[in-house]
Amino acid sequence: MRETLLSNCEREFIKKAVADKRRIDGRQAYDYRHLKISFGVERGCCQVEIGDTRVMSQVSCQVVEPKQARPADGMLYINVELSPMACPSFEAGRLSDFGVEINRLLERCLKESRCIDTESLCIVAGEKVWEVRVDVHALNHDGNLIDACSIAAIASLAHFRRPDITVSGDEITIHPASERDPVPLSVHHMPICVSFAFFEQGKFLLVDPTDKEEKVMDGRMVIGMNKHREICTLQITGQMLLLKDQVLRCSNIAVVKVTEITELIHRALENDRHERSKGGKFGFAETVCKEKLTTNQKTSTPLDMDTVEGQMATEYLHGSDESDSDSHITSSEDDDDSVVIMDSGVGSIGLGGKNTWNVDDEMEELKDEGTKKSTQKSQKTNIDKPVPGAGNQGYSSEEETTEILGQTAAKQTTESNRKKKRKS
Amino acid sequence: MEIEEFIFQNKIIGKYFFFLLSVLGLHYFHLNDFYLQYVPVRGESVIGIVTNKGGDVFRVDIGGSEMGSLSYLSFEGATKRNRPDVKVGDIVYCKMLMAMKDMEPELVCIDSTGRSAGMGVIGRDGGFLHCCSLNLIRKILSSDCPLLKLLGKTLPFEITVGMNGRIWVRARTSTQTITVINAISTAEYMDNTQISAMCKKLSEAFIEVD
Repeated sequence: MRETLLSNCEREFIKKAVADKRRIDGRQAYDYRHLKISFGVERGCCQVEIGDTRVMSQVSCQVVEPKQARPADGMLYINVELSPMACPSFEAGRLSDFGVEINRLLERCLKESRCIDTESLCIVAGEKVWEVRVDVHALNHDGNLIDACSIAAIASLAHFRRPDITVSGDEITIHPASERDPVPLSVHHMPICVSFAFFEQGKFLLVDPTDKEEKVMDGRMVIGMNKHREICTLQITGQMLLLKDQVLRCSNIAVVKVTEITELIHRALENDRHERSKGGKFGFAETVCKEKLTTNQKTSTPLDMDTVEGQMATEYLHGSDESDSDSHITSSEDDDDSVVIMDSGVGSIGLGGKNTWNVDDEMEELKDEGTKKSTQKSQKTNIDKPVPGAGNQGYSSEEETTEILGQTAAKQTTESNRKKKRKS
Repeated sequence: MEIEEFIFQNKIIGKYFFFLLSVLGLHYFHLNDFYLQYVPVRGESVIGIVTNKGGDVFRVDIGGSEMGSLSYLSFEGATKRNRPDVKVGDIVYCKMLMAMKDMEPELVCIDSTGRSAGMGVIGRDGGFLHCCSLNLIRKILSSDCPLLKLLGKTLPFEITVGMNGRIWVRARTSTQTITVINAISTAEYMDNTQISAMCKKLSEAFIEVD
């Protein structure tokens, strides 16, 4: 299936925003999205969410004959599957270029770095060894699948338990979980991939790109590293040339990120172990927060006002008794660029000049009052009145009087009387 | 009088329910739910992305199951000699001329009098296109949602809302554009009081940057 083409407008905007050091979701250039690791009921089942990107991995094992060249080594087999569930442009079955890239990357990162001790997987040298298989499925693709897959793979390998085995002469007994506790794999270290997206020939870089940023980027660099600062894999793709110091800078950033992520994995494993030993409930169902309607759709996006800069506007929100929740901004006549508010819902920005439609006498009078906040003005505003129980608060800007029920109606009439007195 | 037959759990009850509503005078109603994919409806204004030019027709992606077709001549002032300046990847704001379930949808960028009425290529000079769910679109366009008006009091911005779940926003700077887009998407599950509170917080924190 085809994927929606990225429009020129979005492309230009993202490039410009990256040059201004801004990201669409408000992150800083080196920030990861919200990372959540959860384990399932079955041993070796792990689900990782980075923002909206979601992957799930499952580890399983079976007894096989070892390879001829390495008779005393077990085998680790990694498989990443990209299905159309994750993204409409992924084809079912056939592995695309990107699929091959992820598979190869994870193989290098996990197998060739020897994060799992394969010699401990040997049962009878030359005859029987354990083959451990990690299957990673991409459930949703919103950018940065590589990081998510690597975290899921290593977390599930650390979570997995294989059946215990006793060898007596020629007989091998594989004990089921009910007889003997399953045994964990011996994980030497946890290699984790960190992705960097580059823009404008390597001038700007972002960590953890989202889907849109990935479509606009010039190229990507993936550093696989563990918390002992050992680089397990390094890969650069795309049409760009990087300088030496950029690569070094990225590896320094990766050290910090990998330490944080490894800490997170350990904490998640510890929580899961604690729950299991306590006899409490564990698994995916328990990680879902049940009280909220939007529990599986959206994590709460905090409104971050700190990164927004500017100078404070003068004279606003002079709280009168009834409109302290009013966000009505009064104008300052000097500044050309500021919004000139004529009336509630009616305003003009410097260039256009005064509003020439429906200019009533009342509005003229309001404008002439200038910047002085008056209680009469507040009567005209028809917004921001959290009146309990009032559903429709009448937000159309054409209305001159508000439909606020209850006690404020009385106040209104007194003020309109006052206003009439002023007029005359 | 049109009674749209929605696929209800029990179709017969659905028909009677809608008949009842139409007897009460309500002739158009929506069952509001969380929808992401757009189903083309005649007469709705949508934002499309031009993916292809061929023959006399642009192929426009409107987020539905089929691509829409937009003829070269459906622009204001376009003739066979005077072709509109539309490139692949441009965003167009257009109206659905024809949307039937058996045929591919047709779009136009002029109204019945031949004027563009704001339609046509948008986003030439900046702005950002954001995709969201259809119920959010209906919510912000409804008359009792204060979001756009309140946001507009603090941040002057230009906005085009397509009924297919796409919003194009342009404010003075990219920061402001991002702020507006995030404010709109976080307002999806907020009620009016929360929206007002959020806009008030924004107005306190944020003022125009030159």
